[in-house]
Amino acid sequence: MNIVIIGNGISGITAARWIRKLSTHNITVISAETDYFFSRTALMYIYMGHMRFKDTQPYEPHFWKKNRIDLIKGYVKDVDFNSKKLQLSSGDGIDYDKLILAVGSTPNKFGWKGQDLDGVGGLYSYQDLENMERYSKGLKRAVIVGGGLIGIEMAEMFHTRHIPVTFLVREKSYWNGVLPNEESDMINRHILEHGIDLRLETELREIIDNGNGQACAVITNKGEKIDCGYVGLTAGVRPNVAFLKNTNLIIERGIVVNEYLETNIEDVYAIGDCSQQKNPQTGRRPVEAIWYTGRMMGETVAYNICGKKVEYIPGTWFNSAKFLDIEYQVYGTVLANPPENHESLYWEHSEGRKSIRLIYDKNTAHILGFNLMGIRYRHEVCEKWINEKTTIEAVLQNLGMANFDPEFFEEYETALIDIYNKKTGKELKLKQKRGLDAVLRFLKI
Amino acid sequence: MSNQSSKSLSLANPHPIYTNTAQKIGLALAVIGVLILFLAFFGVNFPNKGLFLGLSFLGMLVGTAIYAVGSYSAVPEGIKNTAVWHNSLSNRGLWGWIFGIIITGFYVLLYWFPQYLGLGENGASNTGLIALFDPLSYLLNGKPASQWFMYGTIYTVAILAMGYKFILKYKHNKYQVIRTISVMFFQLGIAYLLAELLGNLNSKDSLYYAKDLKNMWPLNYYFFEDWHLKGMLGGGNMGLFFLVWGLLMIFVVSPFLTYKYGKRWYCSWVCGCGGLAETAGDPYRQLSDKSLNAWKIERWLIHLVLLSVVVTTIAVLFTYFQNTPYRMLFVWGVVGFLLVLTLLMFSLRKKIEGISKIMPLLLIGGCVVVALVFLMNVFSGNSNVFFIESWKLKQWYGFYIGAAFSGVIGVGFYPIMGSRVWCRFGCPMAAILGIQQRIFSRFRITTNGGQCISCGNCSTYCEMGIDVRSYAQKGQDIVRASCVGCGICSAVCPRGVLRLENGTVDISTRTVQERAIHITDEKVSVIGM
Ligand SMILES: Cc1cc2nc3c(=O)[nH]c(=O)nc-3n(C[C@H](O)[C@H](O)[C@H](O)COP(=O)(O)OP(=O)(O)OC[C@H]3O[C@@H](n4cnc5c(N)ncnc54)[C@H](O)[C@@H]3O)c2cc1C
Ligand code: SF4
Ligand code: SF4
Repeated sequence: MNIVIIGNGISGITAARWIRKLSTHNITVISAETDYFFSRTALMYIYMGHMRFKDTQPYEPHFWKKNRIDLIKGYVKDVDFNSKKLQLSSGDGIDYDKLILAVGSTPNKFGWKGQDLDGVGGLYSYQDLENMERYSKGLKRAVIVGGGLIGIEMAEMFHTRHIPVTFLVREKSYWNGVLPNEESDMINRHILEHGIDLRLETELREIIDNGNGQACAVITNKGEKIDCGYVGLTAGVRPNVAFLKNTNLIIERGIVVNEYLETNIEDVYAIGDCSQQKNPQTGRRPVEAIWYTGRMMGETVAYNICGKKVEYIPGTWFNSAKFLDIEYQVYGTVLANPPENHESLYWEHSEGRKSIRLIYDKNTAHILGFNLMGIRYRHEVCEKWINEKTTIEAVLQNLGMANFDPEFFEEYETALIDIYNKKTGKELKLKQKRGLDAVLRFLKI
Repeated sequence: MSNQSSKSLSLANPHPIYTNTAQKIGLALAVIGVLILFLAFFGVNFPNKGLFLGLSFLGMLVGTAIYAVGSYSAVPEGIKNTAVWHNSLSNRGLWGWIFGIIITGFYVLLYWFPQYLGLGENGASNTGLIALFDPLSYLLNGKPASQWFMYGTIYTVAILAMGYKFILKYKHNKYQVIRTISVMFFQLGIAYLLAELLGNLNSKDSLYYAKDLKNMWPLNYYFFEDWHLKGMLGGGNMGLFFLVWGLLMIFVVSPFLTYKYGKRWYCSWVCGCGGLAETAGDPYRQLSDKSLNAWKIERWLIHLVLLSVVVTTIAVLFTYFQNTPYRMLFVWGVVGFLLVLTLLMFSLRKKIEGISKIMPLLLIGGCVVVALVFLMNVFSGNSNVFFIESWKLKQWYGFYIGAAFSGVIGVGFYPIMGSRVWCRFGCPMAAILGIQQRIFSRFRITTNGGQCISCGNCSTYCEMGIDVRSYAQKGQDIVRASCVGCGICSAVCPRGVLRLENGTVDISTRTVQERAIHITDEKVSVIGM
């Protein structure tokens, strides 16, 4: 059987690897972006000089041959689902028996005036990075539009090259649609501490042409004109499905798939950023454009194609990021605008760069989520507590088990317990400090 | 773009690196410090040598400190790897090569042509670079400086200066800070000052014993050589102490500590070679080769070096015991020891396997062959138990491994092959501790569930060339013989995925399957569900 995968990102490549583990089918991966799979999440580190492009490739070139995964560099222009044939822009045609669409996302543009000028770009692909590099030399200022995870990465990138950055954020506070107030505020302070010109409640109105088709300034919704040589558009991403639009494939925001990741067309699957769940698991969004879900879908689709039907169940939500120097991890449900039954327990370090937040249900006392800034917690432990509906008090007394910071780092769990005790008049004590043995015992049960 | 910067051999940096005033002042001072050494090397005869040596050290120490303060205190604490691959000194560019050639040249002179460094031959007094160190040497041990005294002093200054810089760079990371204070202490206190003081005792009765308390066989390969054994046995209480301590270190202390904490207790907390790599070598850690091929070469090379030090040591010891009543006791002792090792490794062969099934066979086979050759020659009355005269073996090992590999390549190639070339490909101590680590240690690096984004920072900054990411992205714990537990992979990981830990549960329990996501009966889930 010929299995063809469009897209060599994390979802497509995970699918290919697992199909290879499970079967001897022919596997072909097509991508227009790069010769080999690389980690998109590491784009910033290439620009900042932490790594070379080659260091962001998780597998050495010989891996693909050894595992009989054929790689084709090319752009798929057209898919004929009836005759099961792909058309490459080079003119070549490729037949498939089963097709996996893993075509990722593309940066959002909201019809701003000047959005297609030279010196305007997003940060998604390797080509976007090359574009940023092209404009970096002698750049006097960059303006970044959109206060999400990619916006702050782009701000950090320019900042490390000593290029002044103005960072336009539409919201009242950085990423406060996701982060609770205190954490969001912590990041505001941290951005300013780095000397980045953060403009809250500020939107882009238009980008100004210097007369040669190149951006030279932006005008904000407050009427201010900011001169700049580069405009970064990082107001989120959307599924990259434009080239599939005029087919029978059902597409809403993304390519609609059922719990087996099957599209409406037989033998065609969609995974990763470009897919949209018809019936998402409760509490999960239909399109989740993150690394981890792409990886899970890749594995799931491999099983489905290789004859073992399994549902895609992403499980308990988790994510992580790094805001300049502050690491962020989240497990479970932590909402910026929580419903009434969500009770929050929050501790913040006096230096304002670390915090721990536990969310629990006010009525049942069940733990719901963990939000960490500048502190690392153990995925498996937090997840198990959440899944087993452990009570907040049981969690608090064993909280050391969740701590994943390096040896000798201070442990702040007692501070959190003190806050809880003050709030409730209880006298709980920390029973379990950081350490692997207790964790492994706990995870075994 | 990114490729261009790493390929670049040009002096013109495509991404200019910005230096602030403090950095410039610090750099200038450090350069003056180094310049004094260079001038001395090129024959400038400084009037007041003690003063100029002091100025040189002050320049290097204070200069580096000011540079470090300028680099790290004005900015928020965090990972400071910006522009590492844009800097020609740290990306194998022109400056890297120039620097590499200079240090390599220095080592060649040091080991084989010390007269060019100014060593006075046949009782003549020192000149040039070494003469600069005379006053300090008289102060510490009452003798004129030798090339080794000069080397040890520069080595110590390098660890102190660059150690301080490293501490500021990682001030937010207590593990790094404490570990670096530890290597600085062991170098300055134990390997340098205490060793010089103990060296004084040494010279008085002209008896020999080891003077660096932390240096053990087989890193210290002459420990069992006859002159050294005779020195220790004839050296009164101190000599006996060093003999017993040396044996305890090899057979009791080091296996015990490795069992408890992994080989890191030595390699990145105590050892002088490791100390230099972790401090002066830190800017080059990203240059280690992460490919599968490099790993294969590493395993062959390091175990072959181990084999040669074992063979050499047995041969040398046999020469020592040959004409004593303990001859046969020694013979059976060695054979018995090798037999125990063989059985042990055979029963644990699965654990030593790593990437190839050949490695345990090689190790086991090595033991058996060494034992057989040894016995055969003993019983056929051949005093050269490994066919070659023991002094030749000794000389060969000292030249190729002790000097050429560990010094010239080991440090000279920092800017080309990364900071741990010797530790990774050559050090027999690391090989032994590594086997122990792989078989019975409690140390492993655990992976934080499914959080890895495969970015590659961990692998890039692993000085031992371990492809940490290849484990982390599958959710596997990392148990590798070569891991020196420096903790940098964990520090640079932007997603909090890695943790160095000791646990009583068997190290291999979580190293087997692909753990990031898995299929339970009917569904896909992340681990732990
Ligand atoms: C800068 C940045 C940082 C990020 N950081 C994080 C993070 O920290 N954590 C996290 O969870 N997520 C992060 N993400 C999101 C994450 O990277 C994506 O969710 C993930 O890479 C999507 O993988 P994918 O396999 O679905 O698609 P992609 O990686 O986008 O792969 C799709 C591939 O298909 C190719 N393609 C598309 N159409 C065609 C065609 N017609 N013909 C040929 N080839 C085609 C594309 O060129 C692309 O190479 C980040 C994203 C970016 C851009
Ligand atoms: S794996 Fe990590 S701790 Fe071990 S040597 Fe490499 S970087 Fe250091
Ligand atoms: S373990 Fe951390 S540093 Fe290594 S690849 Fe994964 S996310 Fe990156």
